[in-house]
Amino acid sequence: MTLNQQRKLKTLITGLLAWFVALLLFFPIFWMFLTSFKTELQAISVPPTLFFEPTLDNYKIVQERSDYLLHAMNSVVTSFGSTFIALIIAIPAAYSMAFFPSKRTKDILLWMLSTKMLPAVGVLVPIYILFRNNGLLDSRTGLIIIFTLMNLPIIIWMLFSYFKDLPKEILEAARMDGATPWDEMVKVVLPLSIGGIASTGLLSIILCWNEAFWSLNLTASNAAPLTAMIASYSSPEGLFWAKLSAASTMACAPIVVFGWFCQKQLVQGLTFGAVK
Amino acid sequence: MKSLSKNTIACAVSLATAITTANAFADTQITVATVNNGHMIEMQKLTPDFEKANPGIKVKWVTLEESVLRQNVTQDIANKSGLYDVMTIGMYEAPIWGQRGWLQPIDASGSYDEKDILPSIRSGLSYKGTLYAAPFYGESSMVMYRKDLVKAAGMKISDHDSWDHIRDVAKAINDPKKGIYGICLRGKAGWGDNMALVTTMANSFGGRWFDEKWKPEINSPEWKKAVSFYVDLLGKYGPPGASSNSFNENLALFNEGKCGIWIDATIAASFVTDPKQSKVADKVAFAQTPYEVTKKGSNWLWAWALAVPVATKHEAAAQKFVRWATSKDYIKLVAKNEGWASVPTGTRESTYENPNFQKAAVFASAELKAIKSADPEDSTLKPSPYVGVQFASIPEFQAIGTTTGQMISGALAGAMTVDQALNNAQKAAERQMRQAGYY
Repeated sequence: MTLNQQRKLKTLITGLLAWFVALLLFFPIFWMFLTSFKTELQAISVPPTLFFEPTLDNYKIVQERSDYLLHAMNSVVTSFGSTFIALIIAIPAAYSMAFFPSKRTKDILLWMLSTKMLPAVGVLVPIYILFRNNGLLDSRTGLIIIFTLMNLPIIIWMLFSYFKDLPKEILEAARMDGATPWDEMVKVVLPLSIGGIASTGLLSIILCWNEAFWSLNLTASNAAPLTAMIASYSSPEGLFWAKLSAASTMACAPIVVFGWFCQKQLVQGLTFGAVK
Repeated sequence: MKSLSKNTIACAVSLATAITTANAFADTQITVATVNNGHMIEMQKLTPDFEKANPGIKVKWVTLEESVLRQNVTQDIANKSGLYDVMTIGMYEAPIWGQRGWLQPIDASGSYDEKDILPSIRSGLSYKGTLYAAPFYGESSMVMYRKDLVKAAGMKISDHDSWDHIRDVAKAINDPKKGIYGICLRGKAGWGDNMALVTTMANSFGGRWFDEKWKPEINSPEWKKAVSFYVDLLGKYGPPGASSNSFNENLALFNEGKCGIWIDATIAASFVTDPKQSKVADKVAFAQTPYEVTKKGSNWLWAWALAVPVATKHEAAAQKFVRWATSKDYIKLVAKNEGWASVPTGTRESTYENPNFQKAAVFASAELKAIKSADPEDSTLKPSPYVGVQFASIPEFQAIGTTTGQMISGALAGAMTVDQALNNAQKAAERQMRQAGYY
């Protein structure tokens, strides 16, 4: 086998493997989508039904039973709102730690990450009582606060990594030209790391959109996002898989479309600094 | 001019007051937390009727998965948050929360007719004679079986057969090669899952959860016999992976024609006889649950009920809603819209007395018999200090029941022996009861 043939074979195997992994990851979503067009009896049949007459009944039921627009609006407001606030806090924090590190910077970064190691249920009761006392239960403001705090460590870490990769010489040149720290951040660092900031923001939005634990525990009828709507279709007594699949498809659709349009920025940002 | 201004101001003030008052009245919004099942969804659909009859009240629904509902309403009621005005709770919570003063007594005034509620259900939802939750639908357990398969095997199933006879029938109709399993029972761990059935089995084998001094008796000879029988029966003649099956999984198997016998909640009867859901709708028959040494506690008793927490800011509106949703008129309203086969059952004598219901629901008499025979205050052969058939109505039971369920599910999956499972559960229960200060 020539070197060229070996290379082609390697590319083919890598390609096939990538396709296999991609299909494997995509399969649950495809199955959910397919199930949403089945009847409840078809949804639970063993062996699974692959060929069937599709029905839109499940979507009709979800539309009738749930206030989809209210849930979707709650998801949009809380995801985008919390991401915006988190970025406002995280950008200066990451900037100062990346360009003006102190003795304790590493410790602070580790401490921030350690807050993510505590299981959320461990702080549920104190957070619940704080929310109750401050009138934040079942409010979008409450969810925005909790989502902001939840994602802040990850956002700071990601931005810190992006900022660290910026050549220091550019900042030195800016300082030589008389730039203040504010000018450095706004006119030099931010434009250079816009891809990284965008991908961090996108990741934060996706994490907020998919969050279920706090959404289920801290909301009721007014601020419940789409994840709470999905949860309402699980039933202890009765068949529910087809309806649940329709609700899940409707909940996933906006963020999948959003991710599809932003995939370039997402991949660019996530691989930023991976190859030097 | 001055007087005109005064009049104008007076008019404006009156108008503003009127508008404010009207708005305040129109703004009474009650939030109802409920579980997702057919009857509750029907209630949501019919809510506009209630709102039409009560123009000042708007109803908002929060539908949650059962375990999430339990966690949320417990959190809400224990912290007196007032997030929910009406809560869907079960027979386990009602007396405990009533005793703690967390619930408002149900306002059964006017034409509500509290005495029409089935006595066992009423007693299970009361504390010291006061009704703390109004039943929306009630259930017991019974045997549902394929009469065609049983007949073909030359066997017969009757009311209150022995467990040994049920095993013989399951053995005779078990044919895994054709995809038919002799018996389907709950195997998934949970105090409301496998332990609902296993407790009724243990009761009928002469066992009990606690002795008169609250000492757990989970590794008693009666429990060992009952659980060994259950593991053997389901292992030999049950479907593969039975340790992860609960109500929905067994319902799916039965409706697909893969189960010969299924012992579970009476509510299942309406699903297995519905041709839209079941492939064997016309081949199903019913019988009362089997027993071993006593019929006491051999079938469970459960009700989903609506309760009003003390922290609600809209008590009058909430009580009004509960009265409407659990009234005789509501049952008639469902019958008018969906037919008598779809009405919530297991709550009122008048439903079972109705000839239209008797005609529409083939399972009606079996269900009523099962519910009436269950007595939460006398469910064990030996005397016991607790109330409840398939549970003990004490706050510690959830943890004890779930741990025991996990152990028994493990024994069913072959991860440990029955003796090991019950001894582990006994130790955990003893620790729990000691920590709670029972002894």
